[in-house]
Amino acid sequence: MKIQSKRAQDKAELQLTSMIDVIFLLLIFFVMTFKIAAQEGDFSVKMPIAGSGGNPDTTNIPIKVRLRANADGELTDIIVNDSLSFGNDFAKLRGHVLNLTGGNAPPTPDDGPEVEIDLDYNLRYENVIRAITAVTGQRQGDEIQRLVERIKFAPPRKPQ
Amino acid sequence: MKVRHKFDSKMAEGDMTAMIDMVFQLIIFFMVLINFSQDDQNDKIKLPSSELAKPPDAPLTFPIVLHLNSNGTIYMGANVVTVDSIAPSLKTEIQLLTSRNQTAKDANIIIRGDQNTPGGVLQDLIKKCQELGFEKFALRVREELT
Repeated sequence: MKIQSKRAQDKAELQLTSMIDVIFLLLIFFVMTFKIAAQEGDFSVKMPIAGSGGNPDTTNIPIKVRLRANADGELTDIIVNDSLSFGNDFAKLRGHVLNLTGGNAPPTPDDGPEVEIDLDYNLRYENVIRAITAVTGQRQGDEIQRLVERIKFAPPRKPQ
Repeated sequence: MKVRHKFDSKMAEGDMTAMIDMVFQLIIFFMVLINFSQDDQNDKIKLPSSELAKPPDAPLTFPIVLHLNSNGTIYMGANVVTVDSIAPSLKTEIQLLTSRNQTAKDANIIIRGDQNTPGGVLQDLIKKCQELGFEKFALRVREELT
């Protein structure tokens, strides 16, 4: 015999109001606290105080970059090893470093040639970073080709 | 004569399913993208950009974040100092390191310098940190979108 169960056809009614309230609150919270921030990265500078160790430069590729600035802190000249002047063209500086290193990446971050950056006191930091970018590597598509891992700064040139 | 309208007291039922689906999608989107580590950042600092900037693969050990403003002011946590007056704050950090059996050499000083800061101020800051025994520095830059 077939038994037919009689069910109440009434739809179960859910009270959604409070849930929607909370969800909207959450949504507004996340929207308000959302901030699009650009990705940030680091340039590592390992600088023990002068004369207290650190790996010596075994590559015999001395790279000393002198950055000159005008009174407004803008870059006027890039001089490498006191002899070569590149104006304010960072591409030429990178080309020179590529020539010196042969485009080879240092085997470990603590190895390879070391670049000393000597800058005028009032040179804008942005130019310092552009110089570091030029000497440490280059971007090829999505790949980054490292040239130099070790950077150090010369003693500050305090204005007289 | 007073006319009375008879209203149907039943509530009009809208279909909420699609709306709730969409709102949940939005919540999940914002939840995933939200970044609570914004305390590492400072709105007063406009970082220089570099095409080689890449987020570090692993977090730096014992990071000390210094925000260097264009006028030479340094924000270190809640402290506002200058290059000449930063030593006591750094010595506090060194004490903290010592209590964890570490030295200043193990710490990483992350410098978030404004792009208009004179480079010499940065050199002064690094020199000051060196004098206290810090060796590892990270110059933080913004990723340049190409």
